[in-house]
Amino acid sequence: MADKADPKPSGDNRPALALHVPEPKFRPGDQADFSDIDISEPGAQPRPDEATKPEDMKELAYGLVRVLGDDNKAHGPWDPKLDPETLRTMLGHMAMVRAFDERMFRGQRQGKTSFYMKCTGEEATSVAASMALASDDMVFPSYRQQGILIARGYPLIEMINQIYSNKGDKLKGRQLPIMYSSREHSFFSISGNLATQTPQAVGWAMASASKGDSRIAATWVGEGSTAEGDFHSACTFATVYNAPVILNVINNQWAISSFSGFAGAERTTFAARALGYGLAGLRVDGNDALACYAAQQWAANRARANQGPTLIEYFTYRAEGHSTSDDPSGYRSAQEREEWPLGDPVTRLKDHLIAIGEWDEDRQAAMDKACAEEVKATTKEAEKNGILGHGLHHPFHTMFEDVFEELPWHLEEQAEQATRERKIKWPDQHPMDGAGK
Amino acid sequence: MIEAINEALDVMLGRDDDVIVMGEDVGYFGGVFRCTAGLQEKHGKTRVFDTPISECGIIGVAVGMGAYGLRPVPEIQFADYIYPGLDQLISEAARLRYRSATEYIAPMTVRSPFGGGIFGGQTHSQSPESLFTHVAGLKTVIPATPYDAKGLLIAAIEDNDPVIFFEPKRIYNGPFTGYYDSPVEPWKKHPDSEVPEGYYKIPLGKARHVSEGEELTVLAYGTMVHVAEAVCKKKGVEADILDLRTLVPLDIEAIEESVKKTGKCLIVHEATRTSGFGAELSALVTERCFYHLEAPVERVTGFDTPYPHSLEWAYFPGPVRIGEAIDKILSD
Repeated sequence: MADKADPKPSGDNRPALALHVPEPKFRPGDQADFSDIDISEPGAQPRPDEATKPEDMKELAYGLVRVLGDDNKAHGPWDPKLDPETLRTMLGHMAMVRAFDERMFRGQRQGKTSFYMKCTGEEATSVAASMALASDDMVFPSYRQQGILIARGYPLIEMINQIYSNKGDKLKGRQLPIMYSSREHSFFSISGNLATQTPQAVGWAMASASKGDSRIAATWVGEGSTAEGDFHSACTFATVYNAPVILNVINNQWAISSFSGFAGAERTTFAARALGYGLAGLRVDGNDALACYAAQQWAANRARANQGPTLIEYFTYRAEGHSTSDDPSGYRSAQEREEWPLGDPVTRLKDHLIAIGEWDEDRQAAMDKACAEEVKATTKEAEKNGILGHGLHHPFHTMFEDVFEELPWHLEEQAEQATRERKIKWPDQHPMDGAGK
Repeated sequence: MIEAINEALDVMLGRDDDVIVMGEDVGYFGGVFRCTAGLQEKHGKTRVFDTPISECGIIGVAVGMGAYGLRPVPEIQFADYIYPGLDQLISEAARLRYRSATEYIAPMTVRSPFGGGIFGGQTHSQSPESLFTHVAGLKTVIPATPYDAKGLLIAAIEDNDPVIFFEPKRIYNGPFTGYYDSPVEPWKKHPDSEVPEGYYKIPLGKARHVSEGEELTVLAYGTMVHVAEAVCKKKGVEADILDLRTLVPLDIEAIEESVKKTGKCLIVHEATRTSGFGAELSALVTERCFYHLEAPVERVTGFDTPYPHSLEWAYFPGPVRIGEAIDKILSD
């Protein structure tokens, strides 16, 4: 019996099928041209009541909510009308995220840690969006929302200790750099497994609702990860139980080397998926900090009023490589970043503040310098706790702790083995350097 | 055993407002095996409810509920259908305490009927326990009697670690001896079917001595405890039978003590043989009791095939296979 399919066409007169494999518009060496991207006029989108039914929000799921115009002024009903002080705070957080990313990227290149991921170009999607939430609303981020921690006042030194996996690392050197966790800041532990946080956020929101609490949950996921089954589960559970949750999809066009077409973007928007689930769906200019804030605020109001969950797509661009292990020049045009039609989120917010007479270039330059200096000084401080692989790590026994609440016999035996091995592997190391039991 | 499980859930729903029971068909209907019958009516729709048919969703939202501070008890209708939830169990629930250095925990108990012997075919008969015992951070519990089912389930729900609680569905209604053509006795004739009312618990990590004997040690759990016991009784073998009850953490002391006494060890499980939990037990016994062993450690298991439908009794590790292994060990 033949155990392989006959390679010849079947010979009948039906038309031959053809497999479509998506291909990004620009590859290395190509001239990038985004003129065909449909970008709504700032202020053109309506801002419906937060209780609006998803079926009446089609326009918002396919269009693009924008506030900041080319004139750097705020336009239309989505203008959150934030006071200048709040806008300056927002800009300050975004500038800090950028300064932090620059320094940590360099730290990885200098061998101080194994890995880093920047969020360049996406700062508004975490900083501005999270500023529209209450500080005790629970966030379930992916790995590219360091802006939430900075906006929530998480100490930079804790971030750097974690990145260096040193003896000051609250996660005890167990996690890959940038997989932060801070219960105190209502920031959920980041996992390497994509999209797992999305049903977890829904579960947290269901729990909050079942307890009659007033806190809501928000999760962030990249457009590539929306292809995971967990994202489908999250949308289904969110709508079935009317969970007070916001599902933020950061569509930065790229999932490592795969363009958004491999997540389904050739034929629809990510926000439009919301409609099929019966979720409210908003599609937002992700480089427009005011639009990001306004959309999150709308969704938060909706969730808080028991009107249900919202899916928000932030249309943005991943300006840098996926991670320190990635080189985007191998798969995309180097010009994409400069040709990206929605500009840079930090520059656009800065220009807005200048346009309304609340900021100037000198203050911006001073702020950028202050951010860089603060990060530098904090880095030096963190280095006193050690850098990756330089001995100042946690005691060996901690490797076996917290697998379970209590240490079972087999882990106690293995902990003793690791401690025995230490004397052979590193005979000169003094136990007081942190490597002792 | 069904009533015992129902009582355990009822007791815990009553004692702790943070306990939530959910899963496919567990709410209004009371579960396809009746384990949650009446619970929604008694405790309310926000405590006991039906879910969409999505195992990764069920486990995923349970992780989020645990992070909030609830104590969810999700049900997976059959262990054969737990696989879509594996990423959430292995990558998330099992590692949450460790990766967050105790900031977040997953105090959940995943209940799921498992095991064969019911003509369940490929997808209603599997015993996937070794997939879970291999995962650092998960506890795996399998009761063999109604008394244990209630006490162990209460302990699992109160435990702050994620627990996989496999219920041998072949013995939901009565112990099964493996003599498939004999009539099945209901639980009420069995001494361990007496279940106290109210709250009690059996500590996780402690084995149960089913019978005392000097001739050989039998390590088993779930349905196979009863099968092994019946075979030993029929053959007149005085076996030291241990019902392990918890696979992780394992009661290594009870195992060592017994094998050092008898010098012989038979391991019985329904799951497939290669890389099954029996391999771990065999290795542990060999490592820790080598100088006391008078015969090679034997494993009686399911065959390394998917669980068949029509050939169920050829597949099932019943009296003939166990009897042969006992003869072999005792003749050495």
